[in-house]
Amino acid sequence: MRPEPWRVKRVHKDTRDTFSLELEPENGDPFSFLPGQFNMLYLFGTGEVPISISGDPGQTDAILHTVRRVGVVTDAMGQLRKGHSLGLRGPYGEPWPLDQAENKDIVIVAGGIGLAPLRPALLSIVANRDKYQNIVLLYGARTPDDILYRKDLEKLSAQLDIQVFVTVDRGTANWRGSIGVVPNMIRRAPFDAQNAVAMICGPEIMIHYATKELHRRGLPDEKIFVSMERNMKCGIGLCGHCQFGPYFVCRDGPVFPYSRVEKLLQVREA
Amino acid sequence: MRPDQQGEAIFLLPDEKLAELLSAIKERGYQLIAPILRDAALCFSEIDGASELPQGLRDAQSPGSYRIKQTASPERFAHASGPTSLKRFLYPPRLKLWQTQRKANAMVFEEPADPPPRYAFIGPRPCDLQAVAIQDRVFLRSAHPDNDYRRRRENALFVAVNCLHPSESCFCSSMNSGPSAKSGFDILLTEQIESEELYYLVQTGTDEGLEILNTLKLKPAADSKKRKAATELKQATKKIERKLDPTGIGPALKERLDSPAWDELENRCLACGNCTLACPTCFCSTVEDHTDLAGEIATRDRVWDSCFQQSFSYVAGGPVRSTIKGRYRQWLTHKLSSWSDQFGTLGCVGCGRCITWCPVGIDLVAEANAICTERQSQNPTKTTIGVSP
Repeated sequence: MRPEPWRVKRVHKDTRDTFSLELEPENGDPFSFLPGQFNMLYLFGTGEVPISISGDPGQTDAILHTVRRVGVVTDAMGQLRKGHSLGLRGPYGEPWPLDQAENKDIVIVAGGIGLAPLRPALLSIVANRDKYQNIVLLYGARTPDDILYRKDLEKLSAQLDIQVFVTVDRGTANWRGSIGVVPNMIRRAPFDAQNAVAMICGPEIMIHYATKELHRRGLPDEKIFVSMERNMKCGIGLCGHCQFGPYFVCRDGPVFPYSRVEKLLQVREA
Repeated sequence: MRPDQQGEAIFLLPDEKLAELLSAIKERGYQLIAPILRDAALCFSEIDGASELPQGLRDAQSPGSYRIKQTASPERFAHASGPTSLKRFLYPPRLKLWQTQRKANAMVFEEPADPPPRYAFIGPRPCDLQAVAIQDRVFLRSAHPDNDYRRRRENALFVAVNCLHPSESCFCSSMNSGPSAKSGFDILLTEQIESEELYYLVQTGTDEGLEILNTLKLKPAADSKKRKAATELKQATKKIERKLDPTGIGPALKERLDSPAWDELENRCLACGNCTLACPTCFCSTVEDHTDLAGEIATRDRVWDSCFQQSFSYVAGGPVRSTIKGRYRQWLTHKLSSWSDQFGTLGCVGCGRCITWCPVGIDLVAEANAICTERQSQNPTKTTIGVSP
């Protein structure tokens, strides 16, 4: 439960309310992590929050976290600048099943800040492109200004062997892209449901409708993976806060095969 | 003591020698923790010696009610479990995890280095021992074991007492945890009274227990005394009327997460969290951060938490379980169902604390059975006992 001292190497402002912190340890080298894992970040005297790792698993000199300001701790984290100190423990949790996706089509479905925990998976897929078949990214943001990792997305769009579809809930005067919810893009997404794996992260309501659409396309539950969000205090399955039926989301998740959580997701307040 | 243990070494400890036993334990460096009268209830607290153990106290427990009565009997353990359990000693309500100091813009984290306490528990019941065995699974059989719990646990000595006076709230016989202890003790006492003479039948469960007992030079107990105790323990089992099916309840609850029977709890449960604090196995915690006035030292404490708090499940946007019904269901299904998936055992020992200490007398056994028979619960003031699922 004791964090290690880390230091801010660089701060990126992503959107109006979202920023990314590049962190390096005060002592030694950063650890290696698997796409989908998270760390507990501690801010002096303010508190500790679970934040997904959003950097490139192949990059070893710093660990990237993308944070949206939604509460006391994340707000205060927004004040961090280069050289500032913070505590870190991790990495924790079960990763995205990239090994199970080999030689298959991959459908990545992300909503809002839900793209952050999927980014390491995406970067790893791009770096090992020949291991996979078709790659489709379906991403939804609230408005064009809320689109996360815009440069990444533009670079991926330019890549001819990866298909990127972006939609927003509300357009702006100069937005000429798609308007609507992410699950609606699944219907026409170019993947072979007989040989595909889907990875979803976003609001639970989006997960609900996205899985419905994936089912309609014929993708079975075992091929759908979702990343869950719950309150976490310890990150190691001891404090009880993140319980979801028989699971501790921090330890047994955050990434779950949909087949394991489908029934519970249908229960209100499970 | 069980009838099938007749062959094992059972010694006779006259009440006059109980003080010697406790002194021998104290001399080995243990702090004595025993149930004494505090705030009108029998609570585990530190004592100096046997003279502080109350005599003649009886308890009357029922849903939402706990009363102590003084009798003329010299018995010291003729009562069931009080509101406290060993949990508060092995897994304290507040524990400092670490502190950090800001030095030239860097942080240094330090864990407390105090030696762990050495507790000798005098008078925990078989259900209490079972609760410790369950917490062992929670805190120790983990990829990230709780180091503070481990150190306290390894240092502890258990002088348990078999339960001859189960309360109306008890259902240990259903949970296979009592009224006789089978394991988890260093020394096990069965309190006996025979023509106004108070004595204990004593067994040992560990080498340390035997070593302590050997210093007392006790005589073996006569067969007639062993038979008397065995008969009384059988009678104690018969006195327990509350029944729960420990194997059927878990799967049955899983199938009934949408049962309308949960709705009614929204109006009765106060979400006060008493049950989770009184429960000897409930382990949920949160953390609190404090900073000194100069803003140089920050400390982090772990404190008990309760799944009945709305903030417990809070994520950005709101709590996952905003209704009391949802929180009660989380608690009950965790205790009696999902605990098995997580730790290979139920999270309930049948001590009845959650029933006695619920301010509105909600009865876990009655509720679980009612939900599993898909029947609306009875009138809230009336408890249903012995409904099998």
